[in-house]
Amino acid sequence: MDTGSTKNRALVSKAINKDNPVVVQVLGICSALAVTVKLEPAMVMAISVTMVIACSNLIISALRNLIPSSIRIIVQLVVISTLVILVDQVLKAYSYEVSKQLSVYVGLIITNCIVMGRLEAFAMSNKPLPSFLDGIGNGLGYAWILITVAFFRELLGSGSLLGYQIVPQAFYEAGYHDNGLMIMPAMALILVGCIIWIHRLRNPELMED
Amino acid sequence: MENLLNIFVKSIFIDNMIFAYFLGMCSYLAVSKTVKTSVGLGLAVVFVLLITVPANYLLFHYVLKPGALSWLSPSLAEMDLSFLSFIMYIAVIAAIVQLVEMVVEKFAPALYNSLGIFLPLIAVNCAILGASLFMQERGYGNLAEATSFALGSGLGWLLAIAGIAAIREKIAYSLIPAPLRGLGITFIITGLMAISFMCFMGIQL
Repeated sequence: MDTGSTKNRALVSKAINKDNPVVVQVLGICSALAVTVKLEPAMVMAISVTMVIACSNLIISALRNLIPSSIRIIVQLVVISTLVILVDQVLKAYSYEVSKQLSVYVGLIITNCIVMGRLEAFAMSNKPLPSFLDGIGNGLGYAWILITVAFFRELLGSGSLLGYQIVPQAFYEAGYHDNGLMIMPAMALILVGCIIWIHRLRNPELMED
Repeated sequence: MENLLNIFVKSIFIDNMIFAYFLGMCSYLAVSKTVKTSVGLGLAVVFVLLITVPANYLLFHYVLKPGALSWLSPSLAEMDLSFLSFIMYIAVIAAIVQLVEMVVEKFAPALYNSLGIFLPLIAVNCAILGASLFMQERGYGNLAEATSFALGSGLGWLLAIAGIAAIREKIAYSLIPAPLRGLGITFIITGLMAISFMCFMGIQL
């Protein structure tokens, strides 16, 4: 039991750092960049993706011995899109504003490669509980990148966090300006580039030659 | 006609799939090592978009839209199936990609040899589903507009991946800090390319 729990903890922590889905496995970049202009949609997106990964991992892993391998992609897509429709309907019902801001990117969780990637690489060959934890770990790994990027983009681009103004009014009166470039899509790419740079500096074994 | 050209140019340069919406980034990063393969993938994306977006347009307007089923019988005019759009679109895309692969293999073996390996990958490329969702969200008025949007976004994607592949081929000779090599520098170059594409934003069409 003891070794079991260490192993389970490793599943989560490895996905957050050494095996991070965004900066190491290079999966799910599209949505990671697009929803990070403001902190709030980024957090909602992170929670939604974590939910979808964890639940689809759990369901597929429970069904893994029943799915014929020739049609597994279709089965996976059906499970994922059902979960995404649920998430979309819940968002539309309870936070319509955020759901408008996320626009098509909620639907794009279906083709988010993290979800498919984890199903193929992990859930198809492991028991439900480890698969669920692997899903949570990968979701959190995705979440921290999203939240870091969104934090810097909102702070520097709009001078606020979660919609509350952080940069004091006196700064603006003294001639400080928000960096308009931070709101542009281009800066999201450059920020992720910098995160990858720092992450590899700290984990030299990940460097490419 | 003017409107069609307008949508076409806009979706290539201003609403570029990669630089403005980050769609299809995964294959963009993974396949952009040489120009030849990336042009192959780009052409496959254009091809699939040209078929799936009009197909999904018809699906949305004659089946899913609120009241769309009224052509079947007036009693169905109240039906709103739009919550099913995600699952229907992805099913249409997966089916069409499979079909296209079989047709191309049978009738154009030369084309299959150059595009074939990319076709299965494309079913889960976010650019394809994304284009269908944008088509729905922006409410293009007729089939021609949707097709022109599909062609434009496909060509925009092709332009982006061919550009980054050309740069990556050259950059192989540069001295880049070790932690930035490969993925990191590709991100930063894409960012710089996106900045250069921002100059199209001011164009009034």
